[in-house]
Amino acid sequence: MRTIQTSDIVDAVAKMCVSSNTELPADVRARLESAMAEETSPSAKEVIRQLLENADLAFDTKLPLCQDCGLAVYFVEVGDEVRIEGGNLRDAINEGTRKGYADGYLRKSACDPLSRANTGDGTPAVIHFDFVPGDKLKISYMAKGGGAENMSRVTMLAPAQGWEGIKKFVINRVAEAGPNPCPPTVIGVGIGGTFEHAAKIAKRGLLRKLDDTHPDPEIAAKEKELEDAINALGIGPMGLGGKTTVLGVKITMEPCHLASLPLAVNVQCHSQRHEEVVL
Amino acid sequence: MAEYKLNTPLTDQDIAQLKAGDVVFLTGTIYSARDAAHKKLVDLLDAGKELPFDLKGAAIYYVGPSPAPPGRPIGAAGPTTSYRMDSYAPRLYSLGLKATIGKGKRDAPTRQAMQDYTAVYFGATGGAGALLSNSIVESNVIAFDELGPEAIREMKVEDFPLLVINDSHGGELYAVPDRKAAGIE
Repeated sequence: MRTIQTSDIVDAVAKMCVSSNTELPADVRARLESAMAEETSPSAKEVIRQLLENADLAFDTKLPLCQDCGLAVYFVEVGDEVRIEGGNLRDAINEGTRKGYADGYLRKSACDPLSRANTGDGTPAVIHFDFVPGDKLKISYMAKGGGAENMSRVTMLAPAQGWEGIKKFVINRVAEAGPNPCPPTVIGVGIGGTFEHAAKIAKRGLLRKLDDTHPDPEIAAKEKELEDAINALGIGPMGLGGKTTVLGVKITMEPCHLASLPLAVNVQCHSQRHEEVVL
Repeated sequence: MAEYKLNTPLTDQDIAQLKAGDVVFLTGTIYSARDAAHKKLVDLLDAGKELPFDLKGAAIYYVGPSPAPPGRPIGAAGPTTSYRMDSYAPRLYSLGLKATIGKGKRDAPTRQAMQDYTAVYFGATGGAGALLSNSIVESNVIAFDELGPEAIREMKVEDFPLLVINDSHGGELYAVPDRKAAGIE
């Protein structure tokens, strides 16, 4: 067994919240720069130019990239040889979130769903736990902004609809979302599992790097097919037209019930804020 | 596509000249208000009470800024998605509001209200919160402090960079998705 102190978890989580919200990931910057070169429309170029300038400014001033610092979402992999000392793991992650959102002057966006009263400290975070072999604790953080999250959907297709049905639903969802989720977006597609699991794996796919390739060549080809089709919609940066509507499409596929074809589309904004730490 | 420098309060003449696609640099006073603040504003109107600011010639920025770090008037301050305010916008336009600032599409009644009352919808770049905060030189909460990030702020802006998305003549800038090119039609 390996022992990990909750105080170390609190500090690591707090640090991740701040850096994710103020530093544009390198793969996103690289993809925006290549989009800048591909775009011919002046408005598309101007939007991307502003996003790159915004990233530089946020880095220099430590201001958040976006005023919407998101609801804090975590995917946690707990090694089965890990023992947490000093308290409870969920409490430690929430405490780190509280600290990070306060220290970094990040916007606290968690509120009661009906009264809309703000909880005041950015918690509770949404935390997904998974138990894996080994003696490591991996915590992945995602800042999930409301504008993009609102454009996400889950649907239950009939098995006969197959890949064509999936493709049509995903592309239509991006078309209907139009300028709302801050395109160019990153699209997480969850195929299979159950109603709730499809949504979870769609989101988990957004933890991948933009420039990675899916290990299964067939799924990698489908990601490319969706990316090309969505970019052909011509929605473009901020919906003003152009070639870059998505920066990437990430498919996660898992087996499902023989009667079902669950499908989830999780939309993430252009800044694709996420980070991971391994303790 | 033209470029204009405008000052608040905005007049019918200021607005009528604008066409979708024009760039506007706005200087003066604008007000932040988003979901919860809009509900409270409309509740005040229903109760026959005065609003915390004068709607005549006003511009409302749909923004919930991040907290101001020491030495800055405001934190990151980019636009939020506007459609959530569509159920309130036509009424506010009818009472003299001249401009709203946000990102994303507006519904048909809101677009119609802009034509009926000579008003406009400006887009600001979503996610460029740090950059846009540079145009905000002063910010003070004037109402609904309890709403935190959603409180109403009076903000002084200088050359705030905006794009006309919906003008007062029925024009709209957003691209229409080409479903045929995407192979789903």
